[in-house]
Amino acid sequence: MTQTPHISVQHLNVHIGNQHILKDITINIPDKKVISIIGPSGCGKTTLLKSFNRLLDNTPEVKITGKVLVDNEDIYDANAEVTHIRKKMGLLSQRPFPLPMSIYDNVAYGPRIHGIRKKSELDQLVEEQLKATGLWNEVKDRLNASATRLSIGQQQRLCLARGLAVGPEIILGDESTSALDPVSTSIIEDLFISLKEKYTIVLVTHILRQARRVSDYIIFVYMGKIIEFGPTEELLLNPKEELTKEYVKGYIS
Amino acid sequence: MQLRLLKDKILAKLMLVLTLASVSVILVIGIGLYYKSVPILHRLSWGELITSSVWKPLKGLFGFYPFIMGTLWVTGIAIIIALPLSLLTALYITEYASVNIKRLLAPFVNLLSGIPPVIFGVWGVLFIIPLIQNHIAPHFVEFSTGYSVLAGGIVLAVMIFPLIVSIISEVLRTIPQELKDASLSLGATQWETIKKVVLRKALPGIVAATVLAVSRAFGETIAVLMVCGNNAAVPHSVFDPGYPLPALIANNYGEMLSIPLYDSALMFAALLLFIIILLFNIISRVILTRLERKLAS
Amino acid sequence: MRKRKFEELFFRMLMILATIIVTGSFFLIVGTIFYKGLPFMNLDMITKTPGGGFYIGKEGGVLNAIIGSFYVAGGATILGLLISTPVAIFINIYIDGKKFLSNTLRMVFDVLFGIPSIVYGAFGFLIMIYFGIRASLLGGVIAVTLLVIPILVRTLDEVIRTVPNELRDASLSLGATRWEMAKVVLRQIRPGIFTAVLLSFGRAIGDVASVLFTAGFSDNVPTSLHEPAATLPLAIFFQLGSPVEEVQGRGYASALILTIIVLVITVLSEILIKKFSKHKI
Repeated sequence: MTQTPHISVQHLNVHIGNQHILKDITINIPDKKVISIIGPSGCGKTTLLKSFNRLLDNTPEVKITGKVLVDNEDIYDANAEVTHIRKKMGLLSQRPFPLPMSIYDNVAYGPRIHGIRKKSELDQLVEEQLKATGLWNEVKDRLNASATRLSIGQQQRLCLARGLAVGPEIILGDESTSALDPVSTSIIEDLFISLKEKYTIVLVTHILRQARRVSDYIIFVYMGKIIEFGPTEELLLNPKEELTKEYVKGYIS
Repeated sequence: MQLRLLKDKILAKLMLVLTLASVSVILVIGIGLYYKSVPILHRLSWGELITSSVWKPLKGLFGFYPFIMGTLWVTGIAIIIALPLSLLTALYITEYASVNIKRLLAPFVNLLSGIPPVIFGVWGVLFIIPLIQNHIAPHFVEFSTGYSVLAGGIVLAVMIFPLIVSIISEVLRTIPQELKDASLSLGATQWETIKKVVLRKALPGIVAATVLAVSRAFGETIAVLMVCGNNAAVPHSVFDPGYPLPALIANNYGEMLSIPLYDSALMFAALLLFIIILLFNIISRVILTRLERKLAS
Repeated sequence: MRKRKFEELFFRMLMILATIIVTGSFFLIVGTIFYKGLPFMNLDMITKTPGGGFYIGKEGGVLNAIIGSFYVAGGATILGLLISTPVAIFINIYIDGKKFLSNTLRMVFDVLFGIPSIVYGAFGFLIMIYFGIRASLLGGVIAVTLLVIPILVRTLDEVIRTVPNELRDASLSLGATRWEMAKVVLRQIRPGIFTAVLLSFGRAIGDVASVLFTAGFSDNVPTSLHEPAATLPLAIFFQLGSPVEEVQGRGYASALILTIIVLVITVLSEILIKKFSKHKI
């Protein structure tokens, strides 16, 4: 890992109420790779993911200390522009949450907010992103239909297209396939692999098989701490830490 | 053993009877009021009663148009004032306020809803009437006593604040955080998220809250009666006095038995109120239940 | 970007302003009532009945109305509770399986809750004519009972629904009948019943339109169900309409008394609800 990290987390601590959710997290996320965060449920992996685009800001009674540098910019700096930070990152949540509007408007939502008004420009963007997520041929005849009419798998790809439309550098996935059928899951997984040419992708998953299929690196989180971080095969097949061994044992055997 | 089961059965029957009795109150009220309105409905048709403006009980002339218009004016003003303020308040409390501020604010909405109508009326007389008479009306009209549909509208608006705020807050709380996160993570500001996503999603709930508030405002009696001026003429400006239907019923109960058909006319007014409010309530409840079910699934 | 930031700031300010107006209106109302009512407040107000007639007499207080109000609101709440508790149990325990039926019943009570008190008053008046009852304490209690039943049923229903299903299933699987289970549930929700009672009492004591036709008005404390009874809200309303300054003042002081009673009730129920929901979790 000699290249400059895309996201650099330094001594990040997150408290919610009087619970210490993340404990002194320090990690460098490499550029244009797929990184999976694994760990048992409740270990803080989703919180870690959300800390990258400051979605924790609206959580009641949250306290965040430490630094998260994205492109060498501290996103928790008092002068940081939160909408600008979030624009850099597309989020794909557990279940698809299409916005209550048409398919077209879902994809055009972000660009419109960021000031693109010209119809031709928007049309082009929408088509581009729907093609990138393999949705174009399925929906091109009904762009004005409500997004909720799509199947769950299609909805999730639409959400991905919606995220890509604002031109992010990073894609954050929070167990993005957990609500999907196997076919849709593998479509999304393939998308992640092909998208890493252009984007840095950070995924939270509890399915080790999936982590192995798609990711280059794995972060193992346990009880709010990073236990181990390393290349996928190495971490899964030859873990250095006892805790990691315990956790991946089920997978190997 | 048998005795226990028998007891259970008897109690079940008893409860069924009580439930049916209290539910049927709704029917009995409708039938009772209709039955009492029959004499006046024999003399005049529904259309005549509703569209005529002449109100001369002594001559047997009962035109409800001014009262219906009085009700509409007061309710309209109340909604125009209360809806935006309540919506913004609900948005602030659910979307922006910190836990501590929420804890601080929530009781006041409940306290406000606990204040009895007559106190709102007293407040209207002591505070709103002089305010309109001395400070607001002089800018627009030559003279106003302050007793006006505007005063009624303002007092009613404050009365329905808690209702609208609590229903809309409840609806807003059901909107999944992930949906808001989706918009935020695209770089939208919080307000943009509210404007384009939250409000759109909450629209049916906002409509239901409004319909419910309208029906509440329709039926409010004493507070409105105390500040509206009670003049049986159609208001033409917000500074004109008005005479809403409930005030008409409340004001005339004493004399109504001595004039022929008067009691029937007043019961007709009550029937009118009952029907309108019943419809509005059913509409808003159906919307709210559907919303709940949709979110539950 | 600057325009977007400005818009965000503008609407945030607007929301804060609206919140201040909405919550501030509470202080404005209570403040006005205290400011006007306090100067006329004295011990006579709550210990004496009006001397020389409530409309023109300058002496005395509103003891008649205070006691009348407690009679009417108390009677209606007790009667209402006797009817509403079985209804809430019936909806939740006896027809638990039939979702459509129980939801429809819930909606009917929601709609009943929305019917204005003037309609209940008019309807109560019709009942009284039908049975030949004069305007009296009894008439007032009947009309106000109709008014509070929906409140009681709705509140009790909500409280019963907070009882975990496991508890119900547990007692059923022990071979209890539905009634025996209902008793377990009732014991569980005792604080909730008290909350419902407070809510109902608070609404009942403040309502005018339902007692206007039905309870009558009197300068004396009622001694039987068939005597007319004064109520606080009506006393306020009538006294405010008097041309005599002292009587108007007594109206303001009566408004203060009613406000204090209602505030105490609301705060109490608020505390209870908090305790109850904490207990639940």
